[in-house]
Amino acid sequence: MAKITLSKLRHSYMPNPSSASDYALKEIDLDWTDGGAYALLGPSGCGKSTLLNIISGLLVPSEGQILFDGKDVTKLPPDQRNIAQVFQFPVIYDTMTVYDNLAFPLRNRGRDEATVKERVMAIAEMLEVTDLLDTRAAGLSPDNKQKISMGRGLVREDVNVVMFDEPLTVIDPHLKWKLRSKLKELHQRVKATMIYVTHDQTEALTFADQVVVMQLGEVVQIGTPVELFERPAHTFVGHFIGSPGMNVLPCELRAGQPYIGSHPIALEGPIKGDAAGKTEVGIRPEFVSLADSGLPATVTKVSDVGRHTVVECEAEGHRINAVVEGAGPNKGDTVHLAFRQDQTRLYVDGWIATEAAESAAQSQSAEEAR
Amino acid sequence: MKTENQKAWFFVLPVLLLVAFNALIPMMTVVNYSVQETFGDNVFFWQGLDWFQQILRSDRFHAALGRQFMFTFLILIIEIPLGIAIALSMPRKGFWVPVCLVLMALPMLIPWNVVGAMWNIFTLPDIGLLGYFLNHTLGINYDMTQDPVAAWITIVTMDVWHWTSLVVLLSYAGLVSIPDAYYQAAKIDGASNWAVFRFIQLPKMKTVLTIAILLRFMDSFNIYTEPFVLTGGGPGNSTTLLSIDLVKIALGQFDLGPAAAMSLIYFAITLLVSWLFYTVMTKDDQN
Repeated sequence: MAKITLSKLRHSYMPNPSSASDYALKEIDLDWTDGGAYALLGPSGCGKSTLLNIISGLLVPSEGQILFDGKDVTKLPPDQRNIAQVFQFPVIYDTMTVYDNLAFPLRNRGRDEATVKERVMAIAEMLEVTDLLDTRAAGLSPDNKQKISMGRGLVREDVNVVMFDEPLTVIDPHLKWKLRSKLKELHQRVKATMIYVTHDQTEALTFADQVVVMQLGEVVQIGTPVELFERPAHTFVGHFIGSPGMNVLPCELRAGQPYIGSHPIALEGPIKGDAAGKTEVGIRPEFVSLADSGLPATVTKVSDVGRHTVVECEAEGHRINAVVEGAGPNKGDTVHLAFRQDQTRLYVDGWIATEAAESAAQSQSAEEAR
Repeated sequence: MKTENQKAWFFVLPVLLLVAFNALIPMMTVVNYSVQETFGDNVFFWQGLDWFQQILRSDRFHAALGRQFMFTFLILIIEIPLGIAIALSMPRKGFWVPVCLVLMALPMLIPWNVVGAMWNIFTLPDIGLLGYFLNHTLGINYDMTQDPVAAWITIVTMDVWHWTSLVVLLSYAGLVSIPDAYYQAAKIDGASNWAVFRFIQLPKMKTVLTIAILLRFMDSFNIYTEPFVLTGGGPGNSTTLLSIDLVKIALGQFDLGPAAAMSLIYFAITLLVSWLFYTVMTKDDQN
């Protein structure tokens, strides 16, 4: 197990990258602490699989370094890095039994059969596949196949990091939940660093202690699930996390005060910097409420999603979502929208530009957000 | 409610007719010949199973059958490993893929009798490029018209040249269908090249290889044109394979009865071996 450091990492699939858009990964500096559970979250094509393949050594980055416990491994092949990877589609060796599949990484490294047996039995028990050990791997169901490929990753006791590349894609929905909690449990038992790549926010937020959100080859925010939800550092994070995503409303700054149309908006704190560029107000639907006064809006759609009601409104030509408890208004009603001040932020060119309200207010709203 | 009618027969009828005229009726004519004797003029005498007994007991048939199995065994033992080896060393991506594929397909596009004629001229000791080179430049006595060993080397080499491509193309198709993740996982698991071949590539190629072996078996077991054009079954009878012998009996000696009995036995052997092989190879998949 090791601490993994990515230093000034850049990668391009082209031989002679010239502009920033030629890079699949743009300048990444990251530290993964030993034993952490990380998720790498982002839409398809954001570079998360590229980053994963660089850490595992399947890809050599164009620029920059990867350090395991301070040791440069940038040029080392995968088998010398002591890492494990679980792929999107279960990789199993068809002709072998489940036992031989699990023993394969150990036998390739010349461990004696007694050690192999001990490790395989321990892992099989953890994954609850002990009764399958003698069956041929080819006939297993997809979720068991994926368990076996996870098992092959975990069977070596000295792995630096276990990486999961969208491992639940081919698993039936009702088994997804089971495997996900299994993974969480495994992480607590084996204490290895785990990196979980996914484009599914539920998977990322339930698995990880720290979520790294990527977009267009860049890391836009690193934080705990609550932090990502509470204070998205970038409008992309706001959009991407939460359902429905954050309301991002273009606004105009007049003497340091943002206006949506002619309506002034109160922000959580003072604005950082000179705020030159495209300015937007960001607020989560959870913190928009229907009130007697506020931004006037027309209700365009009301959807009851079970626990609460999502009210879709239109104000000053922008769409705003509000989450309300109980029955909402009717379609076509005119309402007033109130924004909770400590949850209203200003974004300049996509990045957050307000200073946080006092920490007390933050932790209180964190409670409420649950 | 399911309505039942007999309309479906009309749709099967064309295929039925086609199969009847190009397989069933000719085959039944052969069965008819195999139990009768004729001296021409369309006069036939009932002979029962005499011809079958005669063929099965004849040394000539045993020798031809032995040569036939020998030939098929030799070309399979060369073409299958060689084909796999070539497929493994072909590029998976890029400019050279189509080039390799076209080069590989070329020998298979040449008609069989042309292949026979080509290799005949190629290996003739005094005028052939290879024959002249071996005899006059290297001083090796190589004459496939005189020496049975040289004749065998020539027909086997010719078949390898003509048909290894088929094994290559089928194996290659099997190889490119393996997802990259398998190779990546094997790298991470620390598998050696041999282990990758043994546990990933070979199992994934199994289906196409079964088909390749089956096709090569049937084709080589029934081969006629190439060795006939090349050696005519000689020198002596040394390269007289089953089909060549069959044609000699049927058309050379005009013994229709024994020839018909022999072709039925021939057919039964081909069918039996193919069936056995296929059953054994696919047995694992069923359970």
